[in-house]
Amino acid sequence: MQYIILFISAVFINNIVLAKFLGICPFIGVSNRVETALGMTSAVMFVMVISAVATYLMQKYVLVPLGITFMRTITFILVIAFLVQMVEIILKKVSPSLYQALGIFLPLITTNCIVLGVAVMSVDNNYNLLQSVVFSFANAAGFGLALTLMAGIREQLELVDIPKGIKGVPIAFVTAGLLALAFMGFAGIV
Amino acid sequence: MNQWKNFTKGFFRESPTFALFLGMCPVLGVTTSAVNGFGMGLATTFVLLMSNVVVSLVKSFIPEKVRIPCYIVLIASFVTIVELVMQAYVPELFDRLGVFIPLIVVNCIVLGRAEAFASKNDVLTSAIDGLSMGLGFTLALIIVGSVRELLGSGSLFGFDVYSGNGILLFILPPGAFLALAYLIVIINSIRKKIDVSFKK
Repeated sequence: MQYIILFISAVFINNIVLAKFLGICPFIGVSNRVETALGMTSAVMFVMVISAVATYLMQKYVLVPLGITFMRTITFILVIAFLVQMVEIILKKVSPSLYQALGIFLPLITTNCIVLGVAVMSVDNNYNLLQSVVFSFANAAGFGLALTLMAGIREQLELVDIPKGIKGVPIAFVTAGLLALAFMGFAGIV
Repeated sequence: MNQWKNFTKGFFRESPTFALFLGMCPVLGVTTSAVNGFGMGLATTFVLLMSNVVVSLVKSFIPEKVRIPCYIVLIASFVTIVELVMQAYVPELFDRLGVFIPLIVVNCIVLGRAEAFASKNDVLTSAIDGLSMGLGFTLALIIVGSVRELLGSGSLFGFDVYSGNGILLFILPPGAFLALAYLIVIINSIRKKIDVSFKK
């Protein structure tokens, strides 16, 4: 039950993009088409769940015992960069078709603030291993939900006659604002 | 004169927030008040300045293929310095900015300037570029923060401007998106007018 609540609260109530403002760059950048949005989401989900396990182990068995928790930021970003590279190499070898689908998104993920942000938040909230994994998975799902909704709306928006000054990024932000407003309706369901 | 132009570009012409659309997460996340925006901006400016200087100094020693990981490690070290200093001297602000301080590492402005500018230019030019971009980012954060604070809670830098309740929406997440969207529209239309008058 506790895990279900954690999941629902991370996907709907504290949505990582619309309420916590992480991962705005891909949210605005790759949300032009539903297909690319789904590709990005699966790549993020894949890396995030693995990095949740890796950063948890790193924090518990290396940083805390050695008393160097202040090195957290450096260690985590290195772990994530290393993981992304590994995932890329392994995917290329094991499943070329999946690599073709996710390939172009993988390098972007290292500098995606969601992965590092969720790792840092899991540590700040003192989650155990299973909680961190659920939390990461839920946040990736929340990211995917926001990205896909946004892509769906933007595909429609292309056909609409938008005033010249507000075209492009501003209208994307207005759309995001209205989406965030809609998501606020979920507050209080848990 | 050239360096002066290099310095002023970050404030308006190539403002990272309003013209280049880089590093938008903190612009939306921490700007519930002008003071938060100011603190976040200064922290980012320090990291940008230092990483630009160091990247420009060591650019000839770093092999082409591993340059991005090297830059990330350099940037992460400076972010750690900022974290420790802020925890010691301004713990309240540090708590309010929360996860966004460690996230300076993955702020696209910092890595973007290191890769696109500092790795190709000399130390002084890179330092000025870092300062310009950082202060331009700070200015943008203060503008967004002021607008949201003024509309949302009726105060500015913590001082009450008008009595009564503001429009609560602007303090809440949706307000961040809406305020930023319209600020971009306003600032871009001013920029276009200036460009047109320059051409005449």
